[in-house]
Amino acid sequence: MINPFAPVGRAVLGILREIGRFSLFAGRSAASVFSPPFFMGQFARQSLQIGYFSLPVIGLTAVFIGAALALNIYVGGARFNAESFVPNIVVLGITRELGPVLAGLMLAGRVSAGVAAEIGTMRVTEQIDAMNTLSTDPFKFLIAPRVLAATLTLPLLVLVADIIGVMGGYLVAVNSLDFNGATYLRNTLDFLESQDVILGLVKAAVFGFIIAAMGAYQGYNSQGGALGVGRATTNAVVGSIVLILAVNYLITAFFVE
Amino acid sequence: MTAKLQLVDIKKKLRGRQVLDGVDLDVAPGQSLVVIGGSGQGKSVTLKCALGLMKPDAGQVLVDGAEVTRMPREIRGRVMKKFGMLFQGGALFDSLTVWENIAFRLIYADKVGRKEARDRALATMRKVRLAPEFADVRPIELSGGMQKRAGLARAIIAKPDILFFDEPTTGLDPITADAINDLIVEMVKEIGCAAVSITHDMASARKIADEIAMLHGGKIVWRGPAAQIDNSGNAMVDQFIAGRADGPIQAVV
Ligand SMILES: Nc1ncnc2c1ncn2[C@@H]1O[C@H](COP(=O)(O)OP(=O)(O)O)[C@@H](O)[C@H]1O
Ligand SMILES: [Mg+2]
Repeated sequence: MINPFAPVGRAVLGILREIGRFSLFAGRSAASVFSPPFFMGQFARQSLQIGYFSLPVIGLTAVFIGAALALNIYVGGARFNAESFVPNIVVLGITRELGPVLAGLMLAGRVSAGVAAEIGTMRVTEQIDAMNTLSTDPFKFLIAPRVLAATLTLPLLVLVADIIGVMGGYLVAVNSLDFNGATYLRNTLDFLESQDVILGLVKAAVFGFIIAAMGAYQGYNSQGGALGVGRATTNAVVGSIVLILAVNYLITAFFVE
Repeated sequence: MTAKLQLVDIKKKLRGRQVLDGVDLDVAPGQSLVVIGGSGQGKSVTLKCALGLMKPDAGQVLVDGAEVTRMPREIRGRVMKKFGMLFQGGALFDSLTVWENIAFRLIYADKVGRKEARDRALATMRKVRLAPEFADVRPIELSGGMQKRAGLARAIIAKPDILFFDEPTTGLDPITADAINDLIVEMVKEIGCAAVSITHDMASARKIADEIAMLHGGKIVWRGPAAQIDNSGNAMVDQFIAGRADGPIQAVV
């Protein structure tokens, strides 16, 4: 007899096992950030690669989202004669939610895939094994610098995204919605509370960690040549996106409580 | 005399298949052992277990008489300092230059200054006859033979006690392969280290081995001095060195 629940059960067990394995890996990655030896040169290079070179992607995303958000909120607000709330809701939406989530999603594509492909290639060409035989722990040399760089630079990127996103809303509001520029900015700043920004930055740090750790996890465990590396890359992107969205909800719920 | 390296009853199952089914091997200091065997017989897995890159399901690995398979990671790093390994595909780090590859252990594990590390890398490049103008290029720009030389230089720079070679001549033309064999013999003699090589290239095995062991069906089926390989009295060894498809070993295509 065929039990219709068996495949579902298997899938759930598979996912749970994967979550367990990833948690162990992430724990070891985090621990290796705090214990010597520290490879500062690698950290600097990764900060540049992950943080600095992501600026254009983040900036473009933020400006367009800020602009679209302003338009939508204007339309929605008009139904309640509440058009004047555009600056308040734009800044709230961007700092608390859209800035970190969109930055996280963009970097899941850019960084998680990159890390998975690089470490995966090193795995299948035995470079990871070689590093071990050279008395150097790949967790310290490869993974810790990437995880630390992503965790520290993503909040900075989100800060930039917040500012650019608000500017995007500002440009639309002033140029096509007849807002007064000075009033718009004053409303934005008066309304914004430090906890809005802090929530966004906490999310960003967690997302940064997820992105780098997931990329490293998939790459480190890849096997089977180019095909395996391709699969690792895809899994890294999908895995970090799903995890970011789930964790985003949890962090938000925790802060709202 | 305690063996430099000893494998005792190593077992390893991979993807449901018993790849190693009780492998016993030992290498005396200064001795060169070559393990021969067909493709997919678990030669690389044997080396990885010996090096601690793979954890055997059962059995022991002894280095200088001390059991190392169940050592914590941090201490294993110290055992690794006795090892040098030349990987099948070279396994050079493609994000680093050739000299940084060769000096990797000095720079990142031993914290030697870059100036001194570079000097030592260049000296080692000279030993393996790799021209100094390749010091600053990326490994990807080297030919297969040169990549092997660079990999060898990286393996010997810290004068290991044991050198491991995984198919050192595979993928090279016969002349380059012979040059690499000569180089291996020369380096092992110069450093005075033990060597464990795996290969299916009999010309290479004859040249670099003091002793030869044959791995088949997850076990060592024959072992003896290299000079006796032609009179082993073992049908599988005879078939392997003659390269015949018919015999006790069935080719898995
Ligand atoms: N990391 C691994 N995961 C799963 N199976 C592996 C792994 N490495 C090797 N194997 C399997 O073990 C067997 C022996 O492989 P290997 O030791 O590479 O053979 P060879 O004697 O040609 O070096 C092969 O069937 C291979 O598919
Ligand atoms: Mg092999």
